[in-house]
Amino acid sequence: MSDAPSDVTAAAKRDTNAYWKANLKLVGGLMAVWFLVSFGAGILFVDALNTIQIGGFKLGFWFAQQGSIFIFIALIFIYVYAMHRLDLKYGLDDKGEPDSYDVMEGE
Amino acid sequence: METQTLIYLFVGLSFALYIGIAIWSRANTTKEFYVAGGHVPPLLNGMATAADWMSAASFISMAGIIAFSGYDGSVYLMGWTGGYVMLALLLAPYLRKFGQFTVPDFVGERYYSKAARVIAVICLIVISFTYVAGQMRGVGIVFSRFLEVDINTGVFIGMGIVFFYAVMGGMKGITYTQVAQYCVLIFAYLVPAIFISMMITGNPIPQLGFGSTLADGSGVHLLERLDGTLTELGFAAFTDGTKSKIDVFAITAALMIGTAGLPHVIVRFFTVPKVSDARKSAGYALIFIAILYTTAPAVAAFARYNFIETVQDTEYQATPEWFKNWESIGLIAWRDKNGDGKIQYAAGAPFVGGPSFNGDAGQAGERLLTNGATDNANEVYVDRDIMVLAHPEIAGLPGWVIALVAAGGLAAALSTAAGLLLVISTSVSHDLIKKTFVSDTSEKNELRYARISAAVAVVIAGYFGINPPGFVAQVVAFAFGLAASSIFPALFFGIFFKRMNKEGAIAGMLTGLTFTFAYIVYFKFIVPDMNNAAHWLMGISPEGIGFIGMIINMIVALTVSHFTAPPPDHIQHLVEDIRWPVTR
Repeated sequence: MSDAPSDVTAAAKRDTNAYWKANLKLVGGLMAVWFLVSFGAGILFVDALNTIQIGGFKLGFWFAQQGSIFIFIALIFIYVYAMHRLDLKYGLDDKGEPDSYDVMEGE
Repeated sequence: METQTLIYLFVGLSFALYIGIAIWSRANTTKEFYVAGGHVPPLLNGMATAADWMSAASFISMAGIIAFSGYDGSVYLMGWTGGYVMLALLLAPYLRKFGQFTVPDFVGERYYSKAARVIAVICLIVISFTYVAGQMRGVGIVFSRFLEVDINTGVFIGMGIVFFYAVMGGMKGITYTQVAQYCVLIFAYLVPAIFISMMITGNPIPQLGFGSTLADGSGVHLLERLDGTLTELGFAAFTDGTKSKIDVFAITAALMIGTAGLPHVIVRFFTVPKVSDARKSAGYALIFIAILYTTAPAVAAFARYNFIETVQDTEYQATPEWFKNWESIGLIAWRDKNGDGKIQYAAGAPFVGGPSFNGDAGQAGERLLTNGATDNANEVYVDRDIMVLAHPEIAGLPGWVIALVAAGGLAAALSTAAGLLLVISTSVSHDLIKKTFVSDTSEKNELRYARISAAVAVVIAGYFGINPPGFVAQVVAFAFGLAASSIFPALFFGIFFKRMNKEGAIAGMLTGLTFTFAYIVYFKFIVPDMNNAAHWLMGISPEGIGFIGMIINMIVALTVSHFTAPPPDHIQHLVEDIRWPVTR
């Protein structure tokens, strides 16, 4: 773990902040959906949704035992994709990165 | 071939495969032993994580619990999958960037304190042993039913196998055996599910069969029929629960947050090469887990339906072989209350407590019981844990499917046991010996300590498997509650709140842990008679109290850190570094 260089330019500092803010915004949005489909549709509003029948399922019950899980998977892959875009925008692609355990050995 | 021969063949072949992989992937350095060298491709790590995560509880017990609790079982489905979203978005990429070997490593460095590291080690060891005892017991049950050896011999065989590949191969050996174990367990879970889905609904995809009409030509949906039958027998409808909303909410939250704080899962994300791989790997892991988790509630509904159809109003003498097989090992029992020689199944306990047999046979040939009488029409006792194992027999599937399920159950239990034993041994050799007590130990010595602690951990786990504390199932609540109320907040603040200092984190971990521990012990062991909604805090059961423990942890941590000095500059830089996916 190297300390950040002391001559961090003001621009780099702004970049760091902007990257982190964008990251938080993305994570916040995705976690809101995560909450809505599980605790919302599957628990808090399950009775209201259960009045809607889709095929053989009551909708609230379906969210609690099937739907929320499918949406969880989608959320992680949206996150992977959006973070990759964000990394590229800030020039942070880790493709050429050395493996950090190899770096540790060099220390 | 005989079913029994097939079982020996399948289990033997799968064991030979695991041992072969262990020999091939022997670990030579601490880096390989702790994190498989950090070179595991994300897709394979996803598979290994799924096997690591899905234990005997997921494979053997979960569908059984859902079969008998319906909607209430959703807490496990959402709780044990939703935690991966938290892991992927809030922890895994940052912990991978930090790039050490263990969870206490992060806590110790981030909070610049040996005390914090040691507290994290204690949480980790309590959580992991709680879990591993249940796994060894699961191995014992599968062996005793399917291989017709005694439970203790089963535990010894299981210990031997885990010993071999965990001690030799470390994380490297475990990772590649887990990949193989995932393939075995998911195949073993899906094959009977697909067969049974086709038999009951005509739809080969269990997730769709779950919502389809019955294949008996009645045109009624499976769930509708099940709800109707259950209500008639005095049970709650399958799609309704009996738990209160707040309790369902708290248990789901505790399981989710606990999942995100479980050390043996987190450490898997240290094994991939890069930050972006850690993100992807969590996604793959959840896909592999979801294949089983979305099938489980369908299996649960099929099993409950099949069980009632087969057993209700059937003469004891006319019941299929499986009923007597499971009765003979005491996991099913029947008392002919109305003396008609037929089995009646209804709501309520058939008699007081678990079955205790007096050794005599009744008129129809059933095993007679000494338990006290209860005042209801139900005559059948059935252990929930047998539903997945018995289901292929209940549905009359061929012998090779039954053999496959036996091998799958063992794969699930062994893979999780190995992962848990590894984090225990790592935290002893690395966090306690190397980082706390003997800091000048050489790598060779550290590796030796790691192997010795893995060996000791296997023996202790085996001991618990043979002499299970009577409360294995109950203590599972511990593992998740403790992880949620101690480890998760320390990790979360460590990444997202730069100002969090060691005083805050330590105070938070200690209060969260103490509160949760005390609440569970109070209701489970001190006053078990009062363990009901009327006495619980805000109606939250001991299973869900980890959620409240986490909130208390966070409030205490924030308050204490507000009134104490901010962390030193180099720690603030460390936090900035882990938020930045590449080296600066």
